[in-house]
Amino acid sequence: MSTAADNRATEARPILRVESLFASIAGQQVVEDVSFTVPATGITALLGRNGVGKTSTIKAIIGLIDRTGTVELDGERIEKEATFKIIRSGVGYVPEDREVFSKLTVAENLRLAERDAAPRRQLVEELFPDLLARAGQMAGTLSGGQQQMVSLARALLNTNKILLVDEPTKGLAPKIVGEVAETLAEAARTVPILLVEQNLQVVRQLAEGAVVLSGGRVVHTGRALDFLDDAGLIQRHLGVSTDPAAAGNPAMEPAGKPAMEPAGKPAAEPAEKGAAL
Amino acid sequence: MTTHTDTSSTDGTNIDGTNTRQPVADGGAARRSRKADAQPGPGTAPDGARPGPAGRRLAAWAAGGAGVLLLVLLPLLNISLPGVLPGPSYTPGSLQLLAMCMLMAAAALTYHLLLGVAGLLSFGHALYFGAGVYGLAIILQNFDIPLLPAMGLTLLIVIVLAHVVGSISLRVSGIPFAMVTLAFAQAGSVIVGRNPEGRTGGDEGLTLRTDNLPDFLVGVVNTRNLYWLALAVLVAVFVIVTWVQSSRAGHAAAAVRENELRVRVLGLQPYLVKLLIFVVSAVLVCVIGMVFLLLQSGAVPRAVSADFTVTLLVMVVLGGVGSRWGAVVGGVFYTILDQRLTTLANSEAVKSLPDVLRVPLSEPLFILGTLFVLVVLFLPGGLTGAAERLAQRRNRRGQRGGGGGTSTSREILEEAA
Amino acid sequence: MSTLVLLLFTGLGLGALYFLVAAGLSLIYGLMGVLNFAHGAFLTLGAFTGWEIARRTGSDNWGTFLLSLVIGAAAGAAFAAFTEFVLIRRLYQRHIEQVLVTVGLSLAAVALFDGIWGTDPVFIKGPAWFKDTTEILGARIPNDRFICIIAALLVLLALVFFLKKTRYGMIIRAGVENRSMVTALGIDVRKAFTLVFTIGGAAAGLGGVLASHYFGYVSPMLGGSLLIFAFIVTVIGGLGSLTGAAIAAVAVAVLQQFANFYLGGTGDFVVVLALALVLLFRPTGLLGRTS
Repeated sequence: MSTAADNRATEARPILRVESLFASIAGQQVVEDVSFTVPATGITALLGRNGVGKTSTIKAIIGLIDRTGTVELDGERIEKEATFKIIRSGVGYVPEDREVFSKLTVAENLRLAERDAAPRRQLVEELFPDLLARAGQMAGTLSGGQQQMVSLARALLNTNKILLVDEPTKGLAPKIVGEVAETLAEAARTVPILLVEQNLQVVRQLAEGAVVLSGGRVVHTGRALDFLDDAGLIQRHLGVSTDPAAAGNPAMEPAGKPAMEPAGKPAAEPAEKGAAL
Repeated sequence: MTTHTDTSSTDGTNIDGTNTRQPVADGGAARRSRKADAQPGPGTAPDGARPGPAGRRLAAWAAGGAGVLLLVLLPLLNISLPGVLPGPSYTPGSLQLLAMCMLMAAAALTYHLLLGVAGLLSFGHALYFGAGVYGLAIILQNFDIPLLPAMGLTLLIVIVLAHVVGSISLRVSGIPFAMVTLAFAQAGSVIVGRNPEGRTGGDEGLTLRTDNLPDFLVGVVNTRNLYWLALAVLVAVFVIVTWVQSSRAGHAAAAVRENELRVRVLGLQPYLVKLLIFVVSAVLVCVIGMVFLLLQSGAVPRAVSADFTVTLLVMVVLGGVGSRWGAVVGGVFYTILDQRLTTLANSEAVKSLPDVLRVPLSEPLFILGTLFVLVVLFLPGGLTGAAERLAQRRNRRGQRGGGGGTSTSREILEEAA
Repeated sequence: MSTLVLLLFTGLGLGALYFLVAAGLSLIYGLMGVLNFAHGAFLTLGAFTGWEIARRTGSDNWGTFLLSLVIGAAAGAAFAAFTEFVLIRRLYQRHIEQVLVTVGLSLAAVALFDGIWGTDPVFIKGPAWFKDTTEILGARIPNDRFICIIAALLVLLALVFFLKKTRYGMIIRAGVENRSMVTALGIDVRKAFTLVFTIGGAAAGLGGVLASHYFGYVSPMLGGSLLIFAFIVTVIGGLGSLTGAAIAAVAVAVLQQFANFYLGGTGDFVVVLALALVLLFRPTGLLGRTS
């Protein structure tokens, strides 16, 4: 499966090309000279420690924060466009922390996201039957997993050239993580995805390519497995030490092993917040 | 983003001050607080390795001293500035206008302390100015006590008032803070308008009772004494504002403005720092209000109105937010322009114009308001920012990017939000 | 009892005016983060326009009154749309500078009104029915109070319907909560900006015509004095909350009337005190967002 995908990926023109991207928030540089490409099929993971600028990179691509550099979507330059125009040109965005409108109902959240002439309501209803049942409920009263479904559904309603998905499994129960991963795998059949994800198991399950950021810069690009299987690289760029047993045989990872989670994740959270300020 | 002006990037005091006493200032905060502090401060001790800026600093202070000396001597000289002053410089009319300019410049400086240093967009500064004007007027009216104790008493009242209002208003920040300070000031304005027991004179205002005033401050012949008093107030306020800005509290305030969270993490109390600046600024503007009363020989309701606060805001923005000289220039510029436009409005030339031109031209505030909008839209650094850019364009040798004043002003305004 | 009822209705009438100003202020602040100091000028323009209509059509009949309401609201809306489109939009995301621009605009506009209509109040006459009274529970209540209350209620209902039932209403509600996410769904939120300004201006213009009948006169200062209480109302109600603005408008105005009558004209003072208390115990206002 991976070889076939790799071949396709290398042959096709990249759907997204980012070159020397710089971005700042309130005068503070958060993305520095980042360049990478996202192939037109499959899932590409954007990895790195907390606070390294993954979320900022995603936001800079769609212009939610001030940026300079080159961003090309399907051959079109978009780095000077307004956010809403970039989204309309075919980008689905699933933000970190879902960002559903808590005082709008589920149905309203979805209706707001419809931008195609014929939005794919049926697909969304099939993927998330739960949301149909809760259409009249305020989105703020949903569980984290359900909110993530709303957020994913908002992106999947329209036909996109690419999905930008930022930490979709953050703070979710293991069972829901599996569901989210399945949904993403399903979506990836028809649309390429750039995925920010801390859960390396999910990355291993889904991603074909990987782009690794460190200190606001790209330090590694290539096949996801090449990176995930190299304990040294992981240690250096993600600050995660893999389980000694697993390090010896990295292809085998016991399911649900917490060792693959970046160490000290909760403690690192304020660092990311600080950098974003 | 971090373009420095020459003086600021080598400002020894601030580097010392921020690094040794102020752990906050190690990041971008320190860089920018230095920028905001672009004027030389007193008691600076540059480290000697950079004689150029030190020399320039000395030159700046020498120029300042010479300017003050000239202003001191002005009432004794015969200088005419047609179009600016109503008559030769020794005449009471001119001295009155100049004194007013200096008081307004000083008041704008106290507003600079709020907006430019602490990032507090207050719409209630007139409350403390008005408290100075009306407090002193009412005390002199009703009690037989000499001027200085009366001033002390007024000051005491304002210190308490500023603490109460400040501690409540500072529970919110940004735009809500602006609204709340406005509401409190409005309460003051309403009280003055209501004229309780005939104490404030209502719409008519109060005439200054001169019984207990020293003779040298009374009467048109003594205008030049009041002029000197106003000058002294301006110089004193400038020095105090400079001192506050370069003090530990000033740096902390600038750091709070830029990143309140970081300051809180480092264990400083942003709330107390802001309250301190708020009270200092209120006390200074109260003193200015008291001198204003002596100069105007009366208290008028406008002194405590929201319009007065807006006037100070306009002066600071016209001059350039974040710059002490900007506040001074803005205050002087606004006062003279206002006076000149009023003269223009009443001139025959305007009165004979067709309505479409006559109506706007006969309203000084229309012209000033429009000018203000244009400055905000097209001249973000105000007058000093524009002058700085012009100077940079003239002697640019590729060592810095332009528009230092502009970006500083914009940053400060954003941080106030 | 009759005094109580009279005070209540007078308070409700005044609250209606506060609401008409505060509704726009609160929506504009909630969606755009702009404190609109020019909002009082929208109101004053509406009031003067309504007065001009009444003066020119030469009579104090109902047709003139209704026409002046429509034209007054239109004038406020046009002024507001111009403000957003020409001045505010250039300073996108620069909230304080946007405030400064509205301050300057308000100065200039009030000065221009001074120049055109003079600084003295001009008196206005509505249909004769306005000055009649209706007896409720023994209190003789001037009819213009009812007009204000009914108009404000209609505006409130229309706004609620618009916000709940239309796509733009949905965009505005979503934008008040999280503006950048609205743009990240491919929606041009700037259209919503112009829209809230226009709606807010229309409500203020309408409020201006009603205020001129409530007070019996128009002056260039009319908007400014109502604006300050509208600020207090929006802070107490919670910035960005329409319901909060409605509740706070009534509460503030009724409190003000009662304090003026029973506590020796201290109404304004009591209102500021109420503001201080709300800030001490609930800094986000009655129905404000917690962020």
